[in-house]
Amino acid sequence: METSIWRALLYLVGIMAFAGLNAAYLGWCERKGAARIQRRVGPTEAGWAGLAQPLADGLKLMSKQLLVPDGVDSIIFRVAPVLAMIPAITSMVVIPFSGGIEARGMELSVLLLFALASLSMIAILLGGWASGNKYAIISSARAVSQNLAYEIPMLLTVITIVMISGSMNLREIALDQQGGFWHWNIFRLENGHFVIMWISFIIFFICSIAETNRAPFDMTEAESELVAGYMTEYGSMGFGLFMMGEYLNMVVGACLTTVLFLGGWDCPFGKTPGVWWFLIKIYILLFTVIWIRWTYPRTQIYRLLNLSWKILIPFSLAILIITAALIKVF
Amino acid sequence: MDILEETRVRLAELFSETSTVETPVADETGQEEVAPRKPGVMVLDSARTGAHLDVLCSPDQVVDVAQIMDGNGFFLEAISGVDWIDKQQLEVIYDYTRQDEQNCRVMTRTFISRTEPALPTLTGVFPAADWHERETFDFYGVHFQNHPNLIRILLPEDADFHPLLKDFMP
Amino acid sequence: MTVPVNLRHDETFVLNLGPQHPATHGVLRVKLTMDGEYIVKAEPVLGYVHRMHEKMAEAGTFAQFMPNTARMDYLHALAFNHGWALVVEKAAGIEVPERAEYIRVITVELNRIASHLLWWAAFLLDLGGFTPLLYAFDDREKIIDLLERVTGSRLTYCYMRFGGVCNDIDDEFISGTRAFIKRLRSRMPRLYHDLVTHNIILIKRIKDIGIVSKEQCRRYGATGPVCRGSGINYDIRKNEPYSVYPEFDFDVPVFDECDSMARYMVRMHEMEQSLRIIEQALDKLPDGPVMGKAPKMLKPEAGYYYSAVETARGSFGHRLVCDGGKNPYKVKLRSPTFSNLSLFGEVAEGMLLADALAFMGSLDLVIPEIDR
Repeated sequence: METSIWRALLYLVGIMAFAGLNAAYLGWCERKGAARIQRRVGPTEAGWAGLAQPLADGLKLMSKQLLVPDGVDSIIFRVAPVLAMIPAITSMVVIPFSGGIEARGMELSVLLLFALASLSMIAILLGGWASGNKYAIISSARAVSQNLAYEIPMLLTVITIVMISGSMNLREIALDQQGGFWHWNIFRLENGHFVIMWISFIIFFICSIAETNRAPFDMTEAESELVAGYMTEYGSMGFGLFMMGEYLNMVVGACLTTVLFLGGWDCPFGKTPGVWWFLIKIYILLFTVIWIRWTYPRTQIYRLLNLSWKILIPFSLAILIITAALIKVF
Repeated sequence: MDILEETRVRLAELFSETSTVETPVADETGQEEVAPRKPGVMVLDSARTGAHLDVLCSPDQVVDVAQIMDGNGFFLEAISGVDWIDKQQLEVIYDYTRQDEQNCRVMTRTFISRTEPALPTLTGVFPAADWHERETFDFYGVHFQNHPNLIRILLPEDADFHPLLKDFMP
Repeated sequence: MTVPVNLRHDETFVLNLGPQHPATHGVLRVKLTMDGEYIVKAEPVLGYVHRMHEKMAEAGTFAQFMPNTARMDYLHALAFNHGWALVVEKAAGIEVPERAEYIRVITVELNRIASHLLWWAAFLLDLGGFTPLLYAFDDREKIIDLLERVTGSRLTYCYMRFGGVCNDIDDEFISGTRAFIKRLRSRMPRLYHDLVTHNIILIKRIKDIGIVSKEQCRRYGATGPVCRGSGINYDIRKNEPYSVYPEFDFDVPVFDECDSMARYMVRMHEMEQSLRIIEQALDKLPDGPVMGKAPKMLKPEAGYYYSAVETARGSFGHRLVCDGGKNPYKVKLRSPTFSNLSLFGEVAEGMLLADALAFMGSLDLVIPEIDR
């Protein structure tokens, strides 16, 4: 691909638009989905079927006063929400939306994505600590231990995929899975991987829900215990940025799951690959995440950590070893 | 021996006079708030009054009564105060009842002075008394000796009045 | 979590579960001294909704206190109405006609189901499950509509009078109640038990949490589902029967595990038993007047009277002292949640914050009832 200033500008605008629309309208999807599950309708007043609701919410949040309480660390308090958004948007640079749509391919794009994910965890930690509020500090401590615990099985699973595909470039991993759903990593019919790959998929999916602090793993913002957790002291756009960051992290997680396990932009029958398949897959995953949120209550912090350290990590280690053995044998 | 009889006998041992069974006065005129009687145990008509036994004791016998109740498996249901301003006395009523199928409610009453009301605490016997006594202190000013934490419970901590006294003017 | 913890008493900080908090079901403040996530000491601070009902009772006549009774526990207001009516009828010797007694029982049991539905919804909201709130409120709306037909209010009912009830029930109420019984019975297994009670996350969250032993229940005077979840079979409707409860065939659910799961199951089974009582009452409903003879200005005989009713939260007692005048001389309102909450301080020691909140939810607190 030739580098040209127009291409860079086009991708910049495209990614910002994609990120902005998703952050706003994923909130609308969530509210409508939650409403239907709860046998009510959700937003209907603003615009047709409530579609202007996110705009109205955004306007409201922007017009509120950004209240900075007295006892906070002034620079970090203001920087933390921005820091929460940056990794999510930046991650979209390396995600291959289809064969031809990729902002900047890199040989080590998987590594970049995980480095950026850790950065968003730091944003939560800083936001909670800078607030100077005991509830926020407890919530940040919980967030750090939770994110740390769930990054490990995630990484182990990704190493398994990298071993199978032989590359850390997301585009190559996706290309490796082209040609119909039997080539996708989740079903991987050759070399006997299909026996365990679906377990890998489930582990990765659970970890991605836990990494983005979504229910049932949302103890960091457990309303009934910690009021709003690390976001307690934030109002207006600070809160808005944290929420948008959370939705964007969900989107990046869904994109990553799609590329790693579900074949990226591949059609299930290998006929017409393209970006629309990619989008369909990520929205099905996002709908499942929303569905899970409104169905289950929250777990406790020690059970959450037990799930990761005592169950997911041994399983993903075992899968790694089995995969390595299978690759060696076949 | 059923629990009512057993409790009555054990309680009656606390009192020196043989004032065990006294039928309640049938016709009380509206003026008499309290039928004058000696300290002791009285059997009541439970369908009419809701309680089976009425124990009238002196302020320092309250803990002994509570220990007998605890030993017989009762629980402390409520502690109420009544302000008899005409007689310049405060009455404190302790209600004990049972949690099993034997229905028996015992009402223990004691009279203390209105100007310096004081009673020993029951928290050593029933932890439930902790909050009930704080409430009685809050509303009537009754001081419970040796209470672990006798501060106001429902009114603000810095209030300086006791609202349920009859001469309280807001 | 039953693993014993070494609490460090010198490295603690004080966390205020303040009066304004999403989980405390009203304005309750709990001063928690915490070591990390473990609670070292918990002291509930009450009195934020204190309105001094006992003084209001002394200041007005017996009938003027009836609306106050609904404002104490607004979730089971009819039972509190019933308790006040019972104690004054006991004192003044007023007879209640049979039809009125049956209507009282039907409405009180409907209200009990509504109260337990709201408890279930709020409990799950505390634990993070947002959806059951709306399923429960759907059923609760049906009950409230039924009760609004006869009483005129949706929440704070002032329906009972000394000698009966103030309005008769009509055929639409009866058919509506029967339809509701069928509807709730069909929804319970699917929506309430399959979705929530058998959910592994919920089970792990409340099983073995908040153990209250039998002896603790007795020493603190806990009644209602709290003591029935600890194996004590104490229900005023069976132990000290009042009104026409002896005529109905119903069970009192008692569970021995003493944990939050037991209290949860007690309340779920109580809803089913209330449905049974309502069915039998509707079948046996006699004709007749709904209001007995009661003097306009009540002046009961002087004396000491006690009466207790079984509300959704426990045994609510009135200690009434009359002096022969037209105002009560003294009314002591023995609130069940006051005694239930007093054991929070002892049981919450050494618990994690999340577990303590699950325990508090299982106690079913309504703060205006504690504060009166």
